[in-house]
Amino acid sequence: MTETPLETPIETFPIHKDKDTSGQARRLPPHRIVLILIGLALVASAIFFMRWDWLPNYGDLILQGLWRTIWILVVTVIIGFLLAVPLGLAQAAGPAVLAVPARVFCTVIRGTPLLLQLWLLYYGLGSLFPQYPWIRSSELWPYLRQAWPYAVLALSLSYAGYEGEVMRGAFAGVPKGQLESARAFGMRRFTIFRRIWLPQAIHRALPTLAGEAVLQLKSTPLVATITVVDLYSVASRIRQDTYITYEPLLLLAAGYLVITGIIVFLFRRLEKLIPSRLG
Amino acid sequence: MADASIAPAAIAGMFDLLSPNPPGWGGNLLRGLLNSLQIALGAFGMGLLIGTVGAYGKLYGGPLVRDIAAIYTTIVRAVPELVLILLLYYAGTDMINRVLEGLGYQRVDISGLVAGIVVLGFVQGAYATEVLRGAIKAIPQGEIEAARAYGMSPVMMMRRITLPAMLPHALPGLANLWLISTKDTALLAVVGFSELTLVTRQAAGTTKAYFLFFIAAGILYLAITLFSNVILAKVEQWARRGMPSVKEAR
Repeated sequence: MTETPLETPIETFPIHKDKDTSGQARRLPPHRIVLILIGLALVASAIFFMRWDWLPNYGDLILQGLWRTIWILVVTVIIGFLLAVPLGLAQAAGPAVLAVPARVFCTVIRGTPLLLQLWLLYYGLGSLFPQYPWIRSSELWPYLRQAWPYAVLALSLSYAGYEGEVMRGAFAGVPKGQLESARAFGMRRFTIFRRIWLPQAIHRALPTLAGEAVLQLKSTPLVATITVVDLYSVASRIRQDTYITYEPLLLLAAGYLVITGIIVFLFRRLEKLIPSRLG
Repeated sequence: MADASIAPAAIAGMFDLLSPNPPGWGGNLLRGLLNSLQIALGAFGMGLLIGTVGAYGKLYGGPLVRDIAAIYTTIVRAVPELVLILLLYYAGTDMINRVLEGLGYQRVDISGLVAGIVVLGFVQGAYATEVLRGAIKAIPQGEIEAARAYGMSPVMMMRRITLPAMLPHALPGLANLWLISTKDTALLAVVGFSELTLVTRQAAGTTKAYFLFFIAAGILYLAITLFSNVILAKVEQWARRGMPSVKEAR
């Protein structure tokens, strides 16, 4: 998912520089206008020729599903990131006692499908818990009977596994001189971590974090397989109720496209907040 | 996991459940694994083909081809695989049959294997396009220009210069894609194709030994990943032969 940011053609001869693109940059080239028109025509024909009469009946449900998808995404990204920081730190600079388990955790999470992890937690833990009376009588039991805690747990662990690997590289990539000079200033170890090490590591990891957040969004529909009612599962329900095949799926795909766009936009804003200099 | 009381009898029972002969579910699990591997290999191969075409289209195609490739990669990478699988799996087979009926042919029953390979290959193609595009751009462009100056035809240039030179740059990304492809086969469980994850769930549901079967399947997936890592490291070593090592360059 690492794209080179430079889109300019590689200039090997000065001849290429004769083309002055600055004047044309503002205007849309004709083929793109045609493409946009075709796109608009497709959308219009989808609106006019496909069936959307079910939409008002399910409006509330769709909003609920959308809300749950976004909620799960945000919560799991935050929990996963909080777990990823110690995981990355342990692998980058920790003693072997901490580094090896962290590494094993990341390998296992990254080496098995998320669907399998989700089902292991939901069906496995879900079938194990009722056997213990003290769990059944505890105050957590009403939550443990529902599906969403397992979804949040599985998605958080998955994000932590992938992100722990990213944070390991980010922590290791912070120049040693920065940490040494912080120590020379007499900072305590925790202050060094909070003021110098973590911010620089996050800055390094930010582009990858954005990509991982989009990947996490694309993992959220898996929770529908354990009966959590998210956007995807609302669409499946509409399909079952109304026997309409394509329209809910198209709407669903459009919804995810929009959320992805928002995530990318937000992370770009975040990246711009941090001043950086291209070397 | 939390089974504190694993008695010898319970361990024997575990092996009975996992045995490859019919009362045990081991044989089914291995068949599921084979299905998963077939789909992963097919999808990865198809993804490479689409990716090569897409990368060439993005780099050397006209403005229209470039825009279409950009739309393809953007949409496929932004929509969840599960949704794409549903759209392409159900809608795709339905549409093919409608077209066939419209033309007066008989309906065809598209096998789950073929549909799975095509659907996952389509998804992989978008990622492979980006990986290969980046790898081609990482080649010193003088090499390509020199090949063109020698009068090589585009196909020969691709075969002799571009593909071998880009391989070391592309391999880390492609290795990642292969691992994603093995894990994405699990998504086909949702549309009812009996690959490893679905077989595991059936076995676990029937025997109620959820932890045993899901962990066994996890070990199988992990084994594929670790084994692939070893092979891919060897392949990368081979592709980078004659190049200065990364460690020395630092």
